[in-house]
This record gives sequence, C-alpha cells and structure tokens, in this order.
Amino acid sequence: MRYLPHTQEDIQKMLAVAGAGSLDDLFKTIPDAVKVKDGLNLPEPMSEWELNDYMEKLASENIACKGYTCLIGAGSYDHYIPAIIPYLVSRSEFATAYTPYQPEVSQGTLQGIYEFQTMVTDLLGMDIATASHYDCGTALAECALIALRKNKKADKIAVSDLVHPSHREIIDTYLKPSGYEMVLIPHTKDGLTDMTALEAMDGIAGVAVQSPNFFGHIEDLAAVKKVADAKKILFITSFTEALAWGILKNPGSFGADLVAGEGQSLGIAKTFGGPGLGLLAGTSKLMRDLPGRLVGRAKDSNGDDGYVLTLSTREQHIRRERASSNICSNNGLNAMTAAMYLSTIGKIGIREIAQLNHDKAMYLKSALAGAGFEPVFDPPFFNEFVMKAPRDFNRKRIDLINRQCVFAGLDLAPYYPELTDHYLFCATEKVSKQQMDQLAKEVA
Amino acid sequence: MTQRPGTKGLIFNEPNVWDKSREGRCAISLPKADVERSPLDPALTGDTPNLPQLSELDVVRHYTRLSQWNFGVDSGMYPLGSCTMKYNPKTNEVQAARQGFAGAHPLAGDECSQGALRLMYDLERSLAEITGFDAVTLQPAAGAHGELTGMLIIHAYHAKQGRQRSKIIIPDTAHGTNPASATLCGYKSVNLKSGPKGILEPEAVAEIMDEETAGIMITNPNTLGLFEENIKEICEIVHAKGGLVYGDGANMNAIMGVVQPGKLGIDVLHLNLHKTFSTPHGGGGPGSGPVAVNEKLTPFLPVPRVEKELDTFKFVTDCPDSIGRLHTFYGHFGVMIKAYAYILTMGAQGLLDTSRLAVLNANYIKESLKGTLNLPYDRPCMHECVFNDAKQQEYHISTMDMAKRLLDYGFHPPTVYFPLVVDGAFMVEPTETESKEDIDQFIDAVKAIAKEAQTDPEKLTSAPVLPKVTRLDEVAAARKPCLRG
Repeated sequence: MRYLPHTQEDIQKMLAVAGAGSLDDLFKTIPDAVKVKDGLNLPEPMSEWELNDYMEKLASENIACKGYTCLIGAGSYDHYIPAIIPYLVSRSEFATAYTPYQPEVSQGTLQGIYEFQTMVTDLLGMDIATASHYDCGTALAECALIALRKNKKADKIAVSDLVHPSHREIIDTYLKPSGYEMVLIPHTKDGLTDMTALEAMDGIAGVAVQSPNFFGHIEDLAAVKKVADAKKILFITSFTEALAWGILKNPGSFGADLVAGEGQSLGIAKTFGGPGLGLLAGTSKLMRDLPGRLVGRAKDSNGDDGYVLTLSTREQHIRRERASSNICSNNGLNAMTAAMYLSTIGKIGIREIAQLNHDKAMYLKSALAGAGFEPVFDPPFFNEFVMKAPRDFNRKRIDLINRQCVFAGLDLAPYYPELTDHYLFCATEKVSKQQMDQLAKEVA
Repeated sequence: MTQRPGTKGLIFNEPNVWDKSREGRCAISLPKADVERSPLDPALTGDTPNLPQLSELDVVRHYTRLSQWNFGVDSGMYPLGSCTMKYNPKTNEVQAARQGFAGAHPLAGDECSQGALRLMYDLERSLAEITGFDAVTLQPAAGAHGELTGMLIIHAYHAKQGRQRSKIIIPDTAHGTNPASATLCGYKSVNLKSGPKGILEPEAVAEIMDEETAGIMITNPNTLGLFEENIKEICEIVHAKGGLVYGDGANMNAIMGVVQPGKLGIDVLHLNLHKTFSTPHGGGGPGSGPVAVNEKLTPFLPVPRVEKELDTFKFVTDCPDSIGRLHTFYGHFGVMIKAYAYILTMGAQGLLDTSRLAVLNANYIKESLKGTLNLPYDRPCMHECVFNDAKQQEYHISTMDMAKRLLDYGFHPPTVYFPLVVDGAFMVEPTETESKEDIDQFIDAVKAIAKEAQTDPEKLTSAPVLPKVTRLDEVAAARKPCLRG
C-alpha cells in the first residue's frame, strides 16, 4: 500500500529492536479469544483510478453534479466562491495541522483565527467571538445552556418557532437529559415572533430569536431586547445567512448578549450540509462562560508579538469534571476559509453582494407574484421569502428539477403543517434575471 | 548524527490583515446588476462592516505567508500522542471536491441525493464491520460530539428502563473530554485509578460499580498506549449491575482488523474520522465523530437515519426512542467522503497492516528511547508510548523544555503533560505512515536533546530559536486577554 513506507527489511530490523519475533507478536497483550479470526469483511482495495471512477459515479447520482440552479436556502446557501479561496485553504500547512497546541509553529493558524475572531466581532457588532463551532444549531444549543447556567433559578428557555426547525431540535436534544425545557414562542400572522406571547412567559433563563428568521423575515430585535431586559434574562439571537450583516443593522447594535450563527455563506461549499461553520459571539461580560476555543495575543521571550490559544482554564482538558462544555475540535479550517473570504470581498464587496442578494430576491418575489404566486407575508426580508403556490405547482416543480435542474423553493409543509402549498424561496447573487424570468414563465 | 530536518531559512513578516488594508481595494469581481436596485428601509440597515480592503494578490500573499508559519503533517513528523497525525492522502481531497458532492444542497430531497445517501449508508456499514457493532450514526461533528452522543444514548437507555442513574465511572487513563461529556447529561463522574500495570483491574471496577452507576467510559487502547486486557471481564461486571460500557475509540488506529470492540461487550463507541481514517484535522477541525452501537442501543441513535429499500436510500426520522437531532443537517459529509475514500483504498488487509505498522513504529521508539527518557510503564505498547521527564529533572529540564527544543530540530513535539496519570508525560505516537529513516531521525534528535540537557541546559530552556516566534508567554496572555484586533 502506497501510504505504508515499510520494506520487509525495515520490518525485520524494527521487530528485532522491539524484541518481537513477528508483527503478530506485537499484539500478545490482547487475549487470543478476543481477536478477529478471519479478517474484516470489506471490499477489495481500489487503485486511485478505480476510486476516481467509483466516486464520480456516486457523485453523479446527486443532482448537484449537473450544476443546478439553487433557489433554496434554509440554512445552506448557494454563493459564489472565488477561485483563490479553495486554492489557499487547501495549502497543506493549514489543512494537515492539528489544534495549535504548540503556538511557536502554529502562528499561521493562530494569526488567521485571531483575524477571523476580529472580523466576526466586527460583522456582528459583538465584543468577543470564539474560534468557531460545528454549526449554527450546536452553537445555539450552547447559548441556551449558558443562559440556563447564568440564571440558575429558571429551568426554561424561550425559543421563537421561527428559529430554524433543525436548530430547535438540537436545543431539545441538548436540554432533555438535564431536565431543562424549551418553550416555543409562536409567530404572528405577519410571520414574526409574537412578542406579546414572550412577555407572558415566566421562569425563563433566556430568549432566542433568529433574524432573518426561518421565513426570511427581519425580526424586530429591539423589541426582543426590551422584553429580555424587563425580565432580566439573556437575549440570544441567531442567523443562518451571514451575508445579511453586510447591510442589516447588526445584533450587537440591538444589545444582544449572545449571537449564534451559520457561516457557511462565507466561502464554504454546501457539501450536503456539512462541514459548515458555527459562529458564536458574546459580550465581554460573558467571556469566561463561552464554550470552545479562543485565540489571544501574547508576547514571546524576545518581546515580539504572537498568538496563543487562551483562557483554556475554561476547557475540558484542564477542568475535566467541572468543565461545562466538552467542546474540543471546532471547525478551524472553515473559520480560516471564512476569514479568507471576508478578506477577499472586503468592505466594498460585502455591501454590494448583500445588496445584490436583496435585489435578486425582490425581483424573484415579484416575478413569482406575476406568475400567480401569492405573497402571504409582508415584513421586510433579506434574500429569502415565503410564497403560496398555485395548486398545480408541485408537479411543475418536480418537472423543473428533472428537466432543467432548477430547484424552485423548499416545501414548508413538513416544517409548518398549516403551510401546505407554501414554499420558501432564496435568491443569491448567482441567479440571473434571465433564469428568474424563465422560471416565472415555466410555472405560470 | 544524521542530518536534521530543522534548519534556518527566510521567514517573511506579514502584518495583520487590516494593516494591509487600503481604502478602495476589492479582491472579488463584482457581478453586474441585471435587476433594479431595491433599497432596504434605512431603519433596518446598518454601517458596512469594517472589513479589510485588499487586492487579490494581497490576499494570496497574506495567507501564503501565514501558511508558512505553520507545521503540518506534510511539513514533517508530527508524533502528537492520541491525535493520530498520519498522512492525509491527497486523493481524498479530490473525491470530496467533486461537484456532485461539494455542490449538494442538504434539503434537495432523497431522490436528488442518492449518491450522498449511498455513500453514507456504505460508510456506516464499513465502520460497523471495522468496529464489530450493529449500527452506526455519522451525525456527530467531532470526537467530543460523538462522546456526547454516546452519553445521550446511555441516558436515553436508562430512561427507557424506567429508572435514571446518577453516576459514570471514568478511569484516569481516559480522554480529557470524557467527564465533561458525562456532565452534559447530568451525570456525576466517578474517578477510577488504573492498576500498577497501567490498565484497569476488574476488582477495582467491581468495588465501585453499583446500581446508581449508569456505566463506564473506557478508552481502549488507553491513553498510556496500553490495551485494556481485562475488558471482557469489566464489561460483564458493569452489565451485571445493569450498566453500559462506553468505548472511546479515538485510539482505534492500533487495533483495526485485530479486535472488534463491539465483540468485547462494549455497548457504544465513537470513532474519530480525522484520526484513524486519515482526514485532515485542519488546525482545529472539522473532524467527524461517528458513533457505533450494538443492537440493544440502535433505537436510540440520533435522527435522521439512512435506510436502504431495495436499491434506493432515504432519510428516516420516525424513530420514537431516538435521542433526537445533533446537527443542523447530517454531520460533516465532506469529512465522511474522505474517510470512505481511505477505507476503499486500503481494504481489509491495508487497515490491518496500518494497525500493525503503527504499533511496530511505537514499540520501536519505546525500545530505542527507554534508556534516554524515563518509561513509567515498561510494557508492550500499542500505537503510542508514554515517557516522562524524571531523568531530566536532575538538570532542571522539563518535558516542555524538551518539546520546545524538538521544534528547533524540525519535529512537531509529542503530546505533553497528558495523560494526567503520568507526571510530566511525553506521549509519542508516530503513526504507520512514518518511515524507519524519519523515525530514526526523531530518535536521534531526542537523544541529542537529552545530552544537551546535561551539557548545555540553557539550549533547552531558551528554545525554540528557529520558529517565527520564540517561546510565548501563555500565562500573561490569559491574565489580560486580548481576543480581537
């Protein structure tokens, strides 16, 4: 096997030093009774070219192999990724390194993540951002746990029912064994979180509202802050479309305590939903409560600047039993990717791309309205919106997928049963006017 | 001695990315607007984030220079114990980058995602075979996430039995994340000392195992690099009291094709695809931490599950006993592709050879260095061996000093000060992909450093001198944290 460098001669010499007669001898501490008898039952090994053929065959069974038109978002977005991003991030010094436990030979990762933290705090208007988490859903569940630990008298967390349905399921999974409870805040007929329902809730440690929410609507975060302050609970907000902050007023300006987000939009491929990039930011007051890694500035023995992993006394490998989070690995390479993407699009690019997303989505909405779709909600949105489809749309939608590889919206019925025939559409900078006009013609 | 990999060279300076920024630069070609502008209500819009403004070459040069300050497996030997830093095959990256995979939207629907579902299904079956379990979930996003999944499953199992338990036994040779994973499920950790041979003794387990204990978390091979010889007996003791056995499979690289943990009595086990299955760790992740379970625990696996019906595949969520969902979509699919490519390339014999040669390399290092460094447990080891600084303390040289000096010699240091059961631990895991010549260079470097400890200790205490920065003051950095520029 080409990854194994040992010649027979090497093996013999090394066995002699190790004091073993054969490779099997090396395993003599393992009782014979528990050893595998007839070898593992796995397919014969493939050559590299056989592997290429096989993997391409598998990949071609996904519709994505055809370069489809993606008009769905819902937590995974189809943005343009500049060529330099995958080129730079695949440099093996980034990819094949471990967690930077030896900072002197990890300054590349450490400075890159420090810059990432800085860009994320700036994007969200927050004091501190961690070095990344698995995805938005797990980061949001961690936020819920922080709130419950901070407000020990309460055992419930209020979560808007317009938070991504998967994220709500994750929170539920994380809370269940400790006896905590998630209570859902219903939404109004405008497709926004119902603040009066939140006001009436007692015994909650925090409130979590997603904005733009799962329907794409921009929530009134100032109103959430007001209720959170009145109740002296933590104000948590989340998002799945990071590019929205290129134009929208950021969560920090509304006084959010904790922000959980998905950073997949920042130069990371969709890859069937993972790995993405969990973002987690907080106020400096919560610095020691944040789970996960942080990179900080340091001085070396010559007085020169450098970077290290810091505040590790919060972490599991030091506190073991007392650690409140078990997070170890994060999504470091994707954090690096996001930093590269944000450096590439820069201050000018992020505003323009954000505006373009909104422009295209507005155009698509009006094109669909012209084709007989009904706009059921009215609040402002960024790049996603809900439409009620004409009766025969589902048949046409399947036909569009099969014939033209166009993915026209996400069926909302599985998530909100009352919304049969309602679809969630997303338009990004990648969709052209011509594609949208064509779609409107096909579904009219 | 032979030539060292570490030498001097030109290191470029590179400022912070915002110091390079100049008003008006932009490194992306902005698309032409083909629809009219739709300005948002000014009450909703905020200031533009103050991102750096750079040209394309600025960006390329910035990150190229940063990369040059990093040590990766492709740069040199990376014998970080318990982290299994083996070579990451480049073909794995090619497979994961295929348009049909990288471009796949997670909500495209089962009919449009058959290739991804088939890959997940087949990878689950392969991992079930390698570990000897009945079912596998690929959803956990990292090893610690897998541990949490396993603990949630144990918690759900006891809840289903009608009575929750309060404690989990955790040996001192377990991984650091184990107690925190148990805490997240509301369990209290009970520490268990390993015996004089560095492994668990059944009597010690029997003494503390009771009907309040939900189970035990065993790392096997353990973090001393030793195989838990009494594993079967321990499983029987725990099961007899109604408990479950959690296996931390982070060290699976030592026993593939040799032992199937599922056949030993272990109930639930997590794997690290970014260790054993050669996917890159990315300077912190993304990893992937699949969890394997026996038949008894299969109903508790997280949803969605991948199922096969004739020759089509689908996601199933209707599993009433499931612990629920642990990831927004289906886990780190991109990492799964790489691990599956590795298994397809290696086959059964290749995986067995991997374990054998990983164990050979570790034993070769153990025997070659045991006169130089103190070896607290002198027994045949698995894929890693643990020394400490007992011999060097005489010269006031610590494990950390030796680790830092190794950097100047061109090696990434081993894991230091872990496992906690050994004072001043120096934990070496060479992996199977290192050749005898490279290992010999490493051995020579450690011997040379041990000599320097006696003759020129300052060389060690002032190390490293060759990397971009010298020894960093982590204590001061934590005292006054500066976390953004």
